Amino acid sequence: MANIPRQKQPCREPSGRSRDFKEVALGFTPEQAVLEAKRCMSCKKKPCCNGCPVGIDIPGFIELIAKRDFAGAARKIKERNNLPAICGRVCPQEIQCEFNCVLAARKEPIAIGALERFVADWEADHPGQGDRVNVAAAVKDRGAKVAVVGAGPAGLTAAADLAKYGYMVTLFESLTSSGGVLRYGIPEFRLPKTILDRETEYVKSLGVEIRYNILIGRTITVEGLFKDGYRAVFIGTGAGLPNFLGIPGENLNGVYSANEFLTRVNLMHAYEFPVYKTPVRIGERVAVVGAGNTAMDCVRVAKRLGAKDAMIIYRRSAREAPARRAEIEHAGEEGIEFRFLTAPLSIEGSDKGEVRSMTCMKMELGEADSSGRRRPLPVKGSEYTMPVDTVIIAIGQGPNPLIPLTTKGINTDPKNGEVVVDKDYMTSMKGVFAGGDITVGEGTVIAAMGAGKRAAAAIDRYLKALT
Amino acid sequence: MHSVIEKTVLAGSISMLKVEAPMVVREAKPGQFVVVRLDEFSERIPLTICDMDKDKGTITMIIQEAGRSTKDLCSLNPGDSIMDVLGPLGNPSQIKKFGTVVMIGGGVGSAELLTVVRALKEAGNRVITILGARNRDLIILEETFRGLADEVIVTTDDGSYGDKGLVTDALANLFKRGEKIDRIICCGPLPMMRAVTETSRPKAIPITVSLNAILLDATGMCGSCRCTVAGKTRFSCVDGPEFDGYQVDFDELLLRNKRFLGEEKKAMDV
Repeated sequence: MANIPRQKQPCREPSGRSRDFKEVALGFTPEQAVLEAKRCMSCKKKPCCNGCPVGIDIPGFIELIAKRDFAGAARKIKERNNLPAICGRVCPQEIQCEFNCVLAARKEPIAIGALERFVADWEADHPGQGDRVNVAAAVKDRGAKVAVVGAGPAGLTAAADLAKYGYMVTLFESLTSSGGVLRYGIPEFRLPKTILDRETEYVKSLGVEIRYNILIGRTITVEGLFKDGYRAVFIGTGAGLPNFLGIPGENLNGVYSANEFLTRVNLMHAYEFPVYKTPVRIGERVAVVGAGNTAMDCVRVAKRLGAKDAMIIYRRSAREAPARRAEIEHAGEEGIEFRFLTAPLSIEGSDKGEVRSMTCMKMELGEADSSGRRRPLPVKGSEYTMPVDTVIIAIGQGPNPLIPLTTKGINTDPKNGEVVVDKDYMTSMKGVFAGGDITVGEGTVIAAMGAGKRAAAAIDRYLKALT
Repeated sequence: MHSVIEKTVLAGSISMLKVEAPMVVREAKPGQFVVVRLDEFSERIPLTICDMDKDKGTITMIIQEAGRSTKDLCSLNPGDSIMDVLGPLGNPSQIKKFGTVVMIGGGVGSAELLTVVRALKEAGNRVITILGARNRDLIILEETFRGLADEVIVTTDDGSYGDKGLVTDALANLFKRGEKIDRIICCGPLPMMRAVTETSRPKAIPITVSLNAILLDATGMCGSCRCTVAGKTRFSCVDGPEFDGYQVDFDELLLRNKRFLGEEKKAMDV
């Protein structure tokens, strides 16, 4: 089938999409999906599967798509992945399954992510034909109680798998709805909230009880969970306090961390202010510092909120930018300006404490540093000051500090506060497991899901060994 | 949903609500707060737990109308309910025997002292409470404090009640009369806490201030509540809300707390 080109997912036109929050990528039509599936060579070694953190039988589900058995394809994916509509949208397939595809050598790997998304969306549009069976009813005698903390990618995955193993699972979430970073971090135009709600309903249908507005560590301590009868605890509380640059002016009004900015908009609907009452203020010129996926989300949100100029400031070059290529391309199409090889030196404000300008310096690339990327070096005399109204710092964050802070006996790495776990994801506290960005996570949704999945298996082994 | 059990109007713009929050009250300790969201459209706003009933599973909060969300909360009556109450949040106050503790509350900030006064008395301290406000109407909980503290001093800016003047005048009087003070705990508007800190600085008496930064998630994730303490960025939701007054950059926080003034006005008009 080598004569069929790689199918491209249709996207909304940049002019129409850059002022609203509706989804940008539209997904394959059934015909496109079948065409794309037929390109798969079903090679024996299945290298794509090695690139999947949750171990989906990729050629298996693609073969079913090629036969137009979309319901079967959905079942096949769900054997391993509880959240396919999310993964199909936000996984970095180009460095995972699609990177390993034998057709990647010719730059045309199978569009595995788009196919996964197609199947998940098809299933949602055809209730009763896929895997929407009542698994909860199938498991009659539930075993020990297990607590899962944090309803983000790691927690949702661990909870779903633990329920499938037959445990009584309670998923505790401190916010008012599920998803963690999938809800407060990733904007509607990349991952619609209805998709997240749908996947959450699926996790609940497996028998998981979700309790919101409970901050483990404060509302109930980790010790308290054991007193309440939980036999094991999985901590998936994710990323926490944002990193800042440490330059003058960072606490001026108009400087947001990426987390604050995105939480205001995505979780609290500030883009619908004042109907929703949480405000966000951005002005006309917005500079986002950083070039990861979160930075791209921030800058594209700023544009949609009405910024005339929204730009990325990054001290390395485009090559080193950690964001997915597709995200950088989408941002570019929407009129985002990129100032690569530029480092912020200070932010200046008015006497009322409001951001007025930012001073930057140009950089050039030197020798490779410990990360293997070429080290940016300042270009002497290249400082310049430009007017800005808003600065968003999107340079990463540390692990959430709350559970280590409130729990004796959970060891953290003194360097960065990450919870230390063994190869079975167990912390230094017996029966307490952790995975995702609260540990030495890789910072992607799918890596956190993979950790949640492996930790759930480890918890199952641990509890079986106890009895 | 959290039912409102009882409502008391303490002053024209200040209401006290007793609310069902059985999960919050289990672990709640003096000095902690909750974040409430009235309904789907509301902001998340922090409120101190100023009283609690562990047996009945209720907490009491005192709210002053300052913007849209606080106005909406003050309009609630028994039988109404609040959609979300998250907590207890923040580090509890340090409770031990200090000796003589002066507790200073400004306006509605007095509410935050209540559970702490009670606990400090139980721990064997001598407690002097100074309650200050602009005028008589805004002095709250005086009788309750009189029942708890060893001495209660009331000041009003306009002299309509108690001593005319500021809480700092009352504090200076305590210094003058030779009171040996081991600790000062202060909660109220930022300019007041800054003034109390400066009044105390020459005496170098340990002082704790309770900061009211603008919070968002309040769980250690977003950084909205950052403030500068001892030259370092700290987060009042997980590192606070109480900090060493001498180390706090009040001027910066004063500006930061005004960052949505324009939007707050807009929200009032809706």
